[in-house]
Amino acid sequence: MRVSIIDYGAGNLPSVERALRSLGAETECVTKPEQIAAARALILPGVGHFSAFVTGLRERNLTAALRQALAGGAPILGICLGLQAMFASSAEAPGECGLDLIHENVQALPTNVKSPHIGWNQLRRLRKSILLRDVPDDAYFYFAHSYAAAAGEPHTAAACDHGFPFAAVLEHNNLMAVQFHPEKSGEAGSHVLRNFLEWVR
Amino acid sequence: MTLARRIIPCLDVDAGRVVKGLEFAGLRDMGDPEELAARYNREGADELILLDIAASRDGRATFLETVRRVAQQLNIPFTAGGGIRRMEDGHAVLRAGADKVTVNTAAVERPELISELAAQFGSQAVVLSMDVKKTHAGWEVFIRGGAESSGRDAAAWAREGVARGAGEILLTSMDRDGTCSGFDCGLTATIAAQVSVPVIASGGAKTFEDFLAVFGEGQADAALAASIFHTAEHSIDALKKYLAGRGVPVRLSQ
Repeated sequence: MRVSIIDYGAGNLPSVERALRSLGAETECVTKPEQIAAARALILPGVGHFSAFVTGLRERNLTAALRQALAGGAPILGICLGLQAMFASSAEAPGECGLDLIHENVQALPTNVKSPHIGWNQLRRLRKSILLRDVPDDAYFYFAHSYAAAAGEPHTAAACDHGFPFAAVLEHNNLMAVQFHPEKSGEAGSHVLRNFLEWVR
Repeated sequence: MTLARRIIPCLDVDAGRVVKGLEFAGLRDMGDPEELAARYNREGADELILLDIAASRDGRATFLETVRRVAQQLNIPFTAGGGIRRMEDGHAVLRAGADKVTVNTAAVERPELISELAAQFGSQAVVLSMDVKKTHAGWEVFIRGGAESSGRDAAAWAREGVARGAGEILLTSMDRDGTCSGFDCGLTATIAAQVSVPVIASGGAKTFEDFLAVFGEGQADAALAASIFHTAEHSIDALKKYLAGRGVPVRLSQ
């Protein structure tokens, strides 16, 4: 099973690569549009600023290739900022466009809670989930973010509450994404990655 | 559903070994960083912090190699720092596999360092480390490993650091560090009330009750300790079970 990890120039790819390899997947880091078009399964990892992220994709001419591959049904797992990038825009970078696969906006966490939301939190399942299959209901996942997309139909499979209920696990046709870092979430995180690999296979 | 309080073991490293500073007798060897990291990852640590306590220019390559080796052992978040003076130092540590970088002395001397790192890597990757001691002037920030007063008030500096983009505060009480007399809950609660970001309490941990106090009265989001874990005096798992039994939300291993 070969997985293509999109390298847009800023993400922490080694930990994602290591986590996938430990589950028996082959990984390659892709930087070119033709590699995205040829990919069997894609991973879009992300840390940092929304603006740096979408600019990084655009400067490498990856945005159109990515949108096209996803419209064609290629399976993808977005991680953290990789989830947020699937939305139309983010309050973190007004004026910048996301991939707009989901026509909603990413918001800042409200000021009545600690931000960034850093640490281990639990999920609230909204429906049957592919990524959370056989993961215990009370499992904890590691989050590190200051912005989030409101949980909503039909895309959110599980929400997390921090200031407002936000999309922690998104499953929408071929689009899969998690706001937490599965590669940093111990056993539970590894289980989520394994579920993604099995779903693709 | 609640954000869990975190237990964070800290590895102080010098020349590729984990050490413990002794007041008059130099350093005691506490083990191999990779082995300890693997053990803590297994035992349910929520995160790991690796600090270069020598932080000399010529030891830089050795430290980065240690970061690289430790990162291989972990599937939990990992912070590294010590001697981060410039943007490139931070970048090197993150590239070597750390998820976050801590800054201390250099940030006091040039606060823009915090803004630069946050703009490049995001606030979630920048931890402001503060060594604080009570003086006649109040709670004061010390630099250069606690050797020198900065003249800055701890609460004011915490606020400034967060305004500049620090995503977490690692707060070490110099009065308690190495004393085994418990965390400084008063200091921790004071700083936690001043900032909107998580506060990691450090210095003085000895007993399970110390952790319970710092999460309660101290209002800490996370608690750090070193030698009590290295010597296996306490296992992280046992500590977390103790806390869970007293109503503290913690992540227990599955």
